Amino acid sequence: MTDATLAFAEADAHMQGAVVAHDGPAPKRIVTGYGFWIFLLSDIVMFSCFFASYAVLLGQTAGGPSGAQLFDLKGVAAETACLLLSSFTCGLASIAADVRSARWYQAAMAATCVLGLAFLALEGHEFAGLVARGAGPTRSAFLSAFFALVGCHGMHVSAGILWLLTMMAQVFAKGFRADIMRRLLCFALFWHALDIIWVAIFSVVYLLGSAA
Amino acid sequence: MLGKLSWAAIPFDQPIPLLTGAVVLVAILAVLAWVIIAGHLPYLWREWITSVDHKRIGVMYTLLAMVMLLRGFADAILMRAQQAVAFHSQGFLPPEHYNQIFSAHGTIMIFFVAMPFVIGLMNLVVPLQLGVRDVAFPTLNSVGFWLTATGALLVNISLVVGEFARTGWLPYPPLSELTYSPGVGVDYYAWSLEISGVGTLVAGINLVTTVLKLRTRGMSYLRMPMFCWTTLASNLLIVAAFPILTATLAMLILDRYFGFHFFTNEAGGNIMMFMNLIWAWGHPEVYILVLPAFGIFSEVVSTFSGKPLFGYRSMVLATMAIFIISFMVWLHHFFTMGAGPDVNAIFGIASMIIAVPTGVKIYNWLFTMYGGRIRFTTPMLWSIGFMVTFILGGLTGVLVAVPPADFLLHNSLFLVAHFHNVIIGGVVFGAFAGYTYWFPKAFGFRLHEGLGKAAFWFWLVGFYVAFMPLYAVGFLGMTRRMQHYDVAEWRPWLMVAGGGAVLILIGIIFQIMQLVTSIRDRAELRDSTGDPWDGRSLEWATASPPPVFNFAVMPDVRGEDAYWAMKVQAQQQALEGREPDYRDIEMPRNSPTGFVCAFFATIMGFALIWHIWWMVAAGGIGAFATFVAFAWRDHDEYVIPAAEVARIDRANLEQRRAALSLAGGT
Repeated sequence: MTDATLAFAEADAHMQGAVVAHDGPAPKRIVTGYGFWIFLLSDIVMFSCFFASYAVLLGQTAGGPSGAQLFDLKGVAAETACLLLSSFTCGLASIAADVRSARWYQAAMAATCVLGLAFLALEGHEFAGLVARGAGPTRSAFLSAFFALVGCHGMHVSAGILWLLTMMAQVFAKGFRADIMRRLLCFALFWHALDIIWVAIFSVVYLLGSAA
Repeated sequence: MLGKLSWAAIPFDQPIPLLTGAVVLVAILAVLAWVIIAGHLPYLWREWITSVDHKRIGVMYTLLAMVMLLRGFADAILMRAQQAVAFHSQGFLPPEHYNQIFSAHGTIMIFFVAMPFVIGLMNLVVPLQLGVRDVAFPTLNSVGFWLTATGALLVNISLVVGEFARTGWLPYPPLSELTYSPGVGVDYYAWSLEISGVGTLVAGINLVTTVLKLRTRGMSYLRMPMFCWTTLASNLLIVAAFPILTATLAMLILDRYFGFHFFTNEAGGNIMMFMNLIWAWGHPEVYILVLPAFGIFSEVVSTFSGKPLFGYRSMVLATMAIFIISFMVWLHHFFTMGAGPDVNAIFGIASMIIAVPTGVKIYNWLFTMYGGRIRFTTPMLWSIGFMVTFILGGLTGVLVAVPPADFLLHNSLFLVAHFHNVIIGGVVFGAFAGYTYWFPKAFGFRLHEGLGKAAFWFWLVGFYVAFMPLYAVGFLGMTRRMQHYDVAEWRPWLMVAGGGAVLILIGIIFQIMQLVTSIRDRAELRDSTGDPWDGRSLEWATASPPPVFNFAVMPDVRGEDAYWAMKVQAQQQALEGREPDYRDIEMPRNSPTGFVCAFFATIMGFALIWHIWWMVAAGGIGAFATFVAFAWRDHDEYVIPAAEVARIDRANLEQRRAALSLAGGT
């Protein structure tokens, strides 16, 4: 649907003055954002499956190490800091795009990208360390669930960084066009959603896991 | 270089799949050659393959479903024939082949027949019923369709390259784990469903957004036709349930490819977690399929009874109640697996409760017919056949929802008879009712009535002859998926069931004849009114087939039966010739994104199945590049000028006026 199409019904002459309960199709920006929210909800359902499997398999260490023996909260705190800060810079990028400041937009997106990469590097370091200690995903069902849940989030962040780079390139090449602004809205929603999921991982996996 | 793929993957020693594969391959090549030589390729590419028009995509979904129905039915008739002869003998299908056939039959019938059929009909009809010009995300719609086609293609490739899963249509571990299924069969299953599952999710998001955000002026929620309501519920279920399937299969894949321990017997894996996860998707899936069918019956029954739907609001409420409760019954699929009496009791009661809103619907259809002027057309016959058959299937469902009874009937042919009773009697009959009902809307001519009725009767009788005996052998203790048996009492029933499959085959042949005859005689069957059935909702307010923009002027809705009131008024006005105010219309441009993306997805899926890692990377890069190229384009819409809109609409109106005055005017 297009803005012009949508405006058409409203401009239709014989509809003037008619009492209607519904005003017709929503504007394109609303439709796009709404659809993306629905996608995010489905993505959260997928994550909830991995959370559920983690909860089920938490105690199944098969004689191997448990979370309390493995998790290093300092590294996780650094990861969390990177990701939360990246959400802040992502917000700045949205504001810069709203005021059409290409320079600030690119700077904020670049900062988001660097923070996202730093997060991934820290996570990769943690994973490599675990595997080196013989606590890889094949060691026990608990570690399988741990690597799948945290790794799924990491894959989302990686995909998000690819998307981020294409958004930087699109704005660079095409400017703040209406369709690019809509994609930017979706990207921002995606990036913030990853943050929310990380908060859940941080609490459920790392904080509860270290305490146990 | 080619991973696990070698010449050993081609089953040279098994004549049945090899011959079938060869015949299908020759047929495909012949069709392709004809298309290219006759010069139809540019037309197909321009008007269908790259089309983002919801009507075209809906038609392609439905076509995919019908082609795959033939494949799934071929599997069915092989199984019935095998069981009819395999008494004290091995029959003609060796066990490893028989196991692949029942697995492929279930997988194909659910994912590549029932799903594309209902999604196709929703795609075709819902934007028209809502009075809008397209779905919310037209290009994504095309991506969704082609990814579904990719899944179907991969399943069919497994027929000749490698093997399909031997695990049943839901690959229960530990059988589906690498230890017990070392071949590529389960990988074919998992990757084709992961890929087509993305397609389904995209379709679900698209239709939810369309229904919630893109209704025409005045189309408030409680004015939507029933089919839009069931579409909304069904697609909300897709959005909520399909990610569970994706996650569950991802876990199985991690187990198989990287030695994880989600569902293994060793290292603390939990097999019951698979049962719970897969059925947390699987039970809502049943309602994803049957709710749109309920919507179709509502439209058909109301149209052919000449009355508004009885109890519209209770129907909406029943639909949404089913939507919620469908997530609370999954455990009834494994009462016997040790959940304990309290849990079983709760899920048993929930399963019985879900029969209540379904009963409400049945009564509503009956009361819609009561006192109506009923026309027994083909869609109406399918609907009445459904009501009788589905009540029976629902009752046996309530029976197996009683845990103690389920302990006796679990995994028996009684269960097989039950779910075929609801899926054929509900979903398949609904799909055929919708196909016959909306065919003239999609193509501008009706399907041949006589052949349609013949097909209906053969399907209906064939269904009873094929599946009632299975209830009986279920009671006699026969378990499902048996390649051979040595109980003499079962044999007569299984031979009768084989006869039923033949009757259904005759029904299918009548359907093919119906399609061919109707295309041949399309001039006589032409629908120039746009409203061949005296319909009651907005899709009948535009021409058949509708112009690409659906409505020259977007309709304004003032009542529940949106078109009915308007039509009575408009028939006089249209004849008087009051001209609406035509404007330019912007429509989305065609895009090869969906097709190209599915091409790379096919490569990637095939490479993943056979562990050809460089090809996985190539497919992934290709798919990403496709999306970047799509993001980069500058013009995604084109304008149909007001003059052109006026020309098309005037021609349509002229035709319809002529048809109406022929029919006796007002």
